[in-house]
Amino acid sequence: MKTLADLEKIKNKTLDKMNIRADREEGIRIVVGMATCGIAAGARPVLNAVSDEVSKRNLKNVVVSQTGCIGVCRLEPIMEVYAPGKDKVTYVKMDAEKAVKVVAEHIVNNRPIKEYTIGEADK
Amino acid sequence: MNLVRSHVLVCGGTDLSSSESEKIITEFDVRLKNAGLENEVSVVRADSSDLCASGLVVIVYPEGAFYNVTKPDDVKEIVEEHLVKGKIVKRLLCDESAEAGSDVKPLSEIEFYKKQLRIALKNCGIIDPENIDEYIAFDGYKALGKVLTEMTPEQVIEEMKKSGLRGRGGAGFPTAIKWEFAAKQPKGVKYVCCNADEGDPGAFMDRSVLEGDPHSVIEAMAIAAYAIGSEQGYIYIRAEYPVAVKRLQIAINQAKEYGLLGKGIFGTDFNFDLEIRLGAGAFVCGEETALMTSIEGRRGEPRPRPPFPAVKGLWGVPTILNNVETYANVPQIILKGAEWFASIGTEKSKGTKVFALGGKIKNTGLVEVPMGTTLREIVEEIGGGIPNGKKYKAAQIGGPSGGCIPAELIDTPIDYDSLLSIGAMMGSGGLIVIDEDSCMVDIAKFFLDFTVDESCGKCAPCRIGTKRMLEILERITSGKGTVADIENLKDLAEGIKSSALCGLGQTAPNPVLSTLRYFEDEYMAHVVEKRCPAGVCKDLLQYTISKDKCKGCNICAKNCPVSAISGELKKPFVIDPDICIKCGVCEGKCPFKAISRK
Ligand SMILES: Cc1cc2nc3c(=O)[nH]c(=O)nc-3n(C[C@H](O)[C@H](O)[C@H](O)COP(=O)(O)O)c2cc1C
Repeated sequence: MKTLADLEKIKNKTLDKMNIRADREEGIRIVVGMATCGIAAGARPVLNAVSDEVSKRNLKNVVVSQTGCIGVCRLEPIMEVYAPGKDKVTYVKMDAEKAVKVVAEHIVNNRPIKEYTIGEADK
Repeated sequence: MNLVRSHVLVCGGTDLSSSESEKIITEFDVRLKNAGLENEVSVVRADSSDLCASGLVVIVYPEGAFYNVTKPDDVKEIVEEHLVKGKIVKRLLCDESAEAGSDVKPLSEIEFYKKQLRIALKNCGIIDPENIDEYIAFDGYKALGKVLTEMTPEQVIEEMKKSGLRGRGGAGFPTAIKWEFAAKQPKGVKYVCCNADEGDPGAFMDRSVLEGDPHSVIEAMAIAAYAIGSEQGYIYIRAEYPVAVKRLQIAINQAKEYGLLGKGIFGTDFNFDLEIRLGAGAFVCGEETALMTSIEGRRGEPRPRPPFPAVKGLWGVPTILNNVETYANVPQIILKGAEWFASIGTEKSKGTKVFALGGKIKNTGLVEVPMGTTLREIVEEIGGGIPNGKKYKAAQIGGPSGGCIPAELIDTPIDYDSLLSIGAMMGSGGLIVIDEDSCMVDIAKFFLDFTVDESCGKCAPCRIGTKRMLEILERITSGKGTVADIENLKDLAEGIKSSALCGLGQTAPNPVLSTLRYFEDEYMAHVVEKRCPAGVCKDLLQYTISKDKCKGCNICAKNCPVSAISGELKKPFVIDPDICIKCGVCEGKCPFKAISRK
């Protein structure tokens, strides 16, 4: 890496790989919060379950990644789904079982599970 | 036998004839053959399913996609898109409508996020902190590139000055001025350090930045190094943060691999290297001179200033030290410009501040708000208020060096100067909400207990003075205090503030002074009436059973762990105050609310 142009190249390549560009036509990104607060609340089994389920179902074009803390530590473990053309969906208080359900319902069948989302957390 | 890659289950809907499903199965067979997949995909007819009310349900495994198939063309699409290319055909998903999930609230509409503005935490929760490419994808290292190829060190400092950024580690010293001092020292070896000690009880802002976005700190330290003419940096982090340490080390390694640390960065003649130094978790090691002494491998004790570290710091050479969050703002300032940054916040406090929200509040967590946001907005709107219908009593801000903000000042804007004017301080960002069930004398005692524990012992005012203060507080909370004790507390506090060697001692009396300022009546209740108004201080408490309400059911006596309660069934019971340990179990167990605490 010697120039800003090199940096730009990595940026563009990675943005495509991350499934995060707003104007993309397909590609789903799932992130699990893996800061200390998330890990303490049980994020690791969630991340493992999501990764397993995505590979078991042989889902193409789905990126599973870890990330840091988004702030609502009280609702950890948190998992977010970025799908093209939609607001990201934030799932809270996840466990491995719920995470597997989200993969089946939301990722495969395109039906977000509203009751697990942050908007429902305190209802 | 060939290994089957996918299964297609064709289920007849309740109102469809079996001939209809036969047609679809035949269509699948033909299409699969055409695509050369007949040996890889098996098509099975299944019993009718009630999953979709109408039409034919086709389930494709292993993905488990539920399709609603009505015509042969749908089959063509499923084969070509899903089975050949591996793309789920959204249009045909059961129950799929463009609206699916549209009533799911987006994060930006959640009350917790509405008033927040993320600069230091911009990438936290979005990128993978262990992947430098993702940091770069969000314009990471672009600021460093810009600085090295387009700006002189003087211009960098000028830009920082215009931004108005002040230190986020506690004192709020203008960052650019510190950098300028160090830059003006004669050329030679200089160091850039990062304070990731984060010792305030209840604070975890810096940990979150390092765990979620470690590269932002690395990039900023390189920018600072360029500005002051340094080639070596150290990040001092407590070993109690293993995840942050690990991610930081991964980030440093990746940056080295990419040539973003090391020699000749961005093809210029600028060199910069970075190392981690682990601290053992002593609060005093967050103080700048003690931190540097600890990096040097000696016992973490402070030394008098001046000389200031910018002149004589680590190993006696010019050194700058900034807090993690301070650094995390720097790349954004360079990228978006000082004017942008200075447009956020108040006149003298620019930008945002991250707070670790804790205590008696619904939404405990990490928040980043523009400077000048009021405490009320943070507590009530972002924090969601106090749980269980309790009343707000105070917020403790600035940790063991800070003070409390009582209810009548809840509309105070949170910025450096407003906080100082009411006897509190910004501190590093711990914000603990206290409700009516907490005793302010007890809170002050908690923080003083912490400083007594953490005092390094080098100077007498801190080592002996804080201990004496704690003893007085212990007397007061155990009902042995006198009015003179309160005067003594004030005297001692002033004495320690003006004579302690470092910030630890100089600020240690703050929690006492601030609670005395706003809650002197609570102190007085303890010493004069021998009463703890919040009902916390055990020695001043008494549990009694109301003769009128007690039905003599014996439940309290059965549950009392020390057998302090006695009585005859169906007659009022009594508590022996000499045996009672004031655990409160009986109060919770009494079905008639006959037991009260005073
Ligand atoms: C007892 C004591 C503890 C401190 N602990 C920390 C700390 O944990 N983190 C921190 O950044 N600053 C801490 N400070 C403040 C540092 O001495 C120093 O002012 C700060 O790191 C400078 O960085 P800034 O200008 O970016 O805020 C502490 C100060 C004192 C007196």
